[in-house]
Amino acid sequence: MKHLFGKSWLTMIYVFLYIPIVTLVVYSFNASPLVTVWSAFTLKWYPAVVHDSELVGGLILSLKVALLSGLISIVFGTFTAFALVRYRKFTGRTFLASMANAPLVMPDVIVGLSLLLMLISVQRWTGFPDRGMFTILLGHALVGTAYATVVIMSRLREIDTRLEEAAMDLGCKPFQVFALVTLPLIAPALVSALLLTFTLSFDDVVLSAFLSGPGSTTLPLVIFSRARLGLNPSINAVAAIIIAVVSMVVIASSLYQARAERRRQREVNEAYAQTN
Amino acid sequence: MLARLISRFRSVFRGRNAVILVPMLWLFVLSAVPLLIVLNFSFSEMEIASVASIWKWADDALTIKINLGNYLYFGQDPLYFDTYLSSLKFAAITTLWCLALGYPFAYFMARAQAHLRPMLVMLVMLPFWTSFLLRIYAWKTLLVSNGLVNQLLMALGVIHTPLQMMNTPFSLTIGMVYAYLPFMILPLYANLVKLDVRLLEAAADLGASPWKTFWLITVPLSKRGIIAGSMLVFIPAVGEYVIPELLGGPDTLMIGRVLWDEFFSNNDWPMASAVTIVMILLILLPITIFNKYNAESKSEEQA
Repeated sequence: MKHLFGKSWLTMIYVFLYIPIVTLVVYSFNASPLVTVWSAFTLKWYPAVVHDSELVGGLILSLKVALLSGLISIVFGTFTAFALVRYRKFTGRTFLASMANAPLVMPDVIVGLSLLLMLISVQRWTGFPDRGMFTILLGHALVGTAYATVVIMSRLREIDTRLEEAAMDLGCKPFQVFALVTLPLIAPALVSALLLTFTLSFDDVVLSAFLSGPGSTTLPLVIFSRARLGLNPSINAVAAIIIAVVSMVVIASSLYQARAERRRQREVNEAYAQTN
Repeated sequence: MLARLISRFRSVFRGRNAVILVPMLWLFVLSAVPLLIVLNFSFSEMEIASVASIWKWADDALTIKINLGNYLYFGQDPLYFDTYLSSLKFAAITTLWCLALGYPFAYFMARAQAHLRPMLVMLVMLPFWTSFLLRIYAWKTLLVSNGLVNQLLMALGVIHTPLQMMNTPFSLTIGMVYAYLPFMILPLYANLVKLDVRLLEAAADLGASPWKTFWLITVPLSKRGIIAGSMLVFIPAVGEYVIPELLGGPDTLMIGRVLWDEFFSNNDWPMASAVTIVMILLILLPITIFNKYNAESKSEEQA
């Protein structure tokens, strides 16, 4: 009885989580321009998406911003995580920790509005920067840094500091220790952080809406402005493509990470077995 | 002179200090300074198509003119008070629904066979990785008057005329619960999976019923997960903009939307800033609770 209840609860919530996604994909093959009324199977919305210059332009900009902000985020995320995990005591540690935490919990509208007001103030003084790709990038990199910090911190706490000590004993300079020992050890976390920050940036509407300027419309902004007006079959087709790509990447990367983790565990066990 | 400056600069900006200063500067400029600027704006007032600065430097004297008008205006116009209240209400309802649906879910996930758990977690994460905006849009296609839910209910003969579900508190709540449910499930799962099963066995041995064991052992031990999950849902839900914009209607006031209109439609930056500052004050308490929880569970892990 208890088993049955548990299983049906799990199933029910999974159905709740997946129904909207499945509907989006199914109705992307609907011939009727009325999104919700099924008429016949068609593939016509897909070529329409490829020829829609607004969507394609948005996609290219979003990919650029997501990749760049992901890379910037893992660089600053590594610095932040390293400072917070490795240096137990320094002036402003709490301050740094709460600044790194703030973008995680603050609603997007607050982060967006405050960044925009700052950028406008800076622009009045210096004439730079104009709103556009650069300002969107800054916003996404800020939020990305916060998420990357969390991911990298949990990995940094796990790794065996004796490996770093051994490298130092063998004469490595601090930077060499970091580049040759620490970095390879936290590499899986850097990959996860990059995937996460890329996704967050690729998905973001609110920050982009505040920080974008004329001619810098990201894909979510295009979708959002169409979705506001009503239902639109082109959105279903875009959704189906995005869902297909994301599912493949997520499944591939989780399989890869599970395998890498097993291999690492095996190597560690073998190494210990040899020393004993 | 320059050489000395450079060497001075290099001695400060080296090794440990550099590692600390780089993120400190980056986050200070992008995270702390903007909030100070919002605070500054919230005390200024609108002039014709521009904002009057509160700082004035004239005749060797710095005058600061702090204008409380924006904040006082909250008292005059009940719209703001109602909107804050309604945002908090919807955030609270969302949190409770997420907890009610997510807690049993996380519990059964944590009790599933060990080799199944990673897959169950991944299945929760997968919707989270696919676009949030598109998933909210999907609810729009489900809930409109000729949408799937109405079609299904009519085919089953439950209703004869389509229900008005879109642009109501119902559609807003379902969208918010849907979007934030994974944020509740994941911390709860992380907490419940670590629960020592022997405690439950001991309680059962001592004659406690499963129900009693659940309320007296499992729930108190998962208190941290409950707090973390609830805060992760509640805080962003208060300021949510996209969901109310796409699924909400005239009777679902949310502060995120008011802020947006104040800024983009009315171009009233000082007012938008004041709305922001009050919103920050409202979520400051939940944030503090969340941070305290985080710090505690970290120090516990290290112990």
